[in-house]
Amino acid sequence: MKEIQTIQSQTKTIKTTERISGSEAIIKCLLAEGVDIIYGYPGGAIMPVYDELYKYQDDIHHVLTRHEQGATHSAQGYARISGKVGVAIATSGPGATNLITGIADAQIDSTPMVCITGQVGSHLLGSDAFQETDIVGISTPVTKWNHQITKASEIPEVFAKAFYIAKSGRPGPVLIDITKDAQFEEFDYSYEKCTGIRSYKPVPETDITTLETAADLINTAKKPMVVWGQGVILGEAENEFKAVIEKAGLPSAWTILGASAIPTSHPLNVGMVGMHGNYAPNVLTNECDVLIAIGMRFDDRVTGNLATYAKQAKIIHFEIDPAEVDKNVKTDVAVLGDAKTSLKALLPLLNENSHTEWHQKFKDLYQIEFDKVIKNDLYPTKEGLTMGEVLKEINIQTKGEAAIVSDVGQHQMIACRYADFNVSKSNITSGGLGTMGFALPAAIGAKMAAPEREVVMIAGDGGYQMTIQELGTLFQQRVPVKIVVLNNEFLGMVRQWQQLFFDKRYASTEMVNPDFVAIAKGYHIDAKKVTQRDDLKSAVTEMIDCQGPYFLEVCVEKEDNVFPMIPTGASVSDIRLE
Amino acid sequence: MSIEKNLYTVSIYTENNIGLLNRISAIFQRRHINIESLNTSVSEIEGVSKFTILVRMHEEQIKKIIGQIEKQVEVIKAYYHSEEDTIYQESCLFKIKSDLLFDERQIQNIIKESNARIVTVNKEFFVLEKSGRTQEIELLYRELSAFGIMQFTRSGRIAVTKDEMKISTMLKTFQH
Repeated sequence: MKEIQTIQSQTKTIKTTERISGSEAIIKCLLAEGVDIIYGYPGGAIMPVYDELYKYQDDIHHVLTRHEQGATHSAQGYARISGKVGVAIATSGPGATNLITGIADAQIDSTPMVCITGQVGSHLLGSDAFQETDIVGISTPVTKWNHQITKASEIPEVFAKAFYIAKSGRPGPVLIDITKDAQFEEFDYSYEKCTGIRSYKPVPETDITTLETAADLINTAKKPMVVWGQGVILGEAENEFKAVIEKAGLPSAWTILGASAIPTSHPLNVGMVGMHGNYAPNVLTNECDVLIAIGMRFDDRVTGNLATYAKQAKIIHFEIDPAEVDKNVKTDVAVLGDAKTSLKALLPLLNENSHTEWHQKFKDLYQIEFDKVIKNDLYPTKEGLTMGEVLKEINIQTKGEAAIVSDVGQHQMIACRYADFNVSKSNITSGGLGTMGFALPAAIGAKMAAPEREVVMIAGDGGYQMTIQELGTLFQQRVPVKIVVLNNEFLGMVRQWQQLFFDKRYASTEMVNPDFVAIAKGYHIDAKKVTQRDDLKSAVTEMIDCQGPYFLEVCVEKEDNVFPMIPTGASVSDIRLE
Repeated sequence: MSIEKNLYTVSIYTENNIGLLNRISAIFQRRHINIESLNTSVSEIEGVSKFTILVRMHEEQIKKIIGQIEKQVEVIKAYYHSEEDTIYQESCLFKIKSDLLFDERQIQNIIKESNARIVTVNKEFFVLEKSGRTQEIELLYRELSAFGIMQFTRSGRIAVTKDEMKISTMLKTFQH
């Protein structure tokens, strides 16, 4: 037995090496990590890598985006729908700085991404050389980890670490900056996947006593409520989560990034929390006796005024990142660990329950929201089209199977509120950073990662124009994304705030828009504009039936507002219905 | 929650990495926290660096910051300590005109009483070194400034804790 072990450990340590350039090594590292698509834009300091990409084009598909920001958002869309690490690549200087928005977005939304940037030759570092920028310094606050490579021999280890760090624990973006000389330099290449870093503990250990205390609290609760976040999706804990809430009969609400972990139609799904979330879960946050937070971080858009947030409740926080515990909301019990393992261990400790009366409260409040808000959004009687009815039509025609990629603003809140999600990883949106322009490139990445899925992108007329150039990417790659622009000729969310809090002084929120259909057609994308309710259904049908990409502009009511709404600084229970 | 801001010594054990200082200082910067002093050095463990940072803040806040420091990939462990938890020293150097050493008898007494040490003497100047607590150094500074100081510099705080810090044990559990 001992002998066998020795042989095994020997074979493990025997590495096959080959003498190749740094840039070829980069490609080989990507292949070793299972990367099939990367998004990027070439330039001087990254040209050796592009030269290798040319040679390896049968193995790695490089997607030329029209701006480096587009590359990061596409990589994010790819990662969010697949759970795999998205990869973006750019040159030094402006190429690198253009990645920053996407990196910051991935950081705050815990998206696994590896960004590769070229850098000027190491002898020029610090000399203000052409297209030199200190991208490691610039990206430090918005990356989970970053590193500059100046010697080719560092490449395998750094890439292995990068992918490991990006994906493990609470995922996040990693940036690797590689000087041009390191790309040219030849060395003896061999690759070994990273399985651990001594200073880095991706998943904290779960203390069984915290699980027992949590279970006791849940078992004795009269009015328990769950708020779950993206941690359930990132931890692939959807089934464990469902089992827990079903056994204990827990009404469960979601944060924007948690959406789609369980189907919208699930009887225990009581809707969205937060600023434009549903009435019942927001109001009842301040009435429940035990609040069970799972894989979420109590963002200010979720909690409203912290001083009046769930003060009456005992708070249980299931969390992978110890730094999130007690950061915003003081918890009574923190269960550290990854959601899948913790929830699996929690299940046998729970008593079966149904909390029927408590559930009725959610239903009663839903009815109030339905009468005051939802009915008008989904079944409008006024002339102008609403964003909600567009979503309803998309739900009907995609049977709730589509992945919805939304941008940022009013349409995003409407999309999150009204989209039907039957499949996990279906709500792809910029949550924490609120990056306008996210949707189009993210939808491209999502569709390429999951070609079997229907991907419907929804944007406003403002955000759409922030990355509209990515239509070029869509066209060149023939990615059959369905683009829906809900055009109200305003930066709608800002206008809504101006109306409510700035006495209707519409400073720079009115948009004079181009002919969006003509622009889409310029990229040879089938396109249609709808201005009348009667035309909506057939237009959505045409869009869904279209084999290739499709652009649908829907002109909606100009000055509609999104309700319910928790005004900034107000308590979740002071949510306004009008 | 304590309302008062206290002086805390933050000890951070890390891998030796170029960008880490930037990463750690950014965490303080985001929350507008002024770093009173900062020292980086080797630690008792080979290959492990130690940051010693002095900050004045609320305990609630320092706890959150420690969490955010600790989650940096190359940070092994971060702690915060109150004044009572640590044995600490600062060090300083005074450069003073040599004439004064002979002309002003008082200076010799000051040096003696303060337990300062003369590092070097030449015709123009002598250099005085003093290690001690902040107040001791401040006192010496006040006393000497009456005579004129050519140059003065003070180090950041360095500290060891009264309690054991089990970094080596921790590193073993991290090993795979």
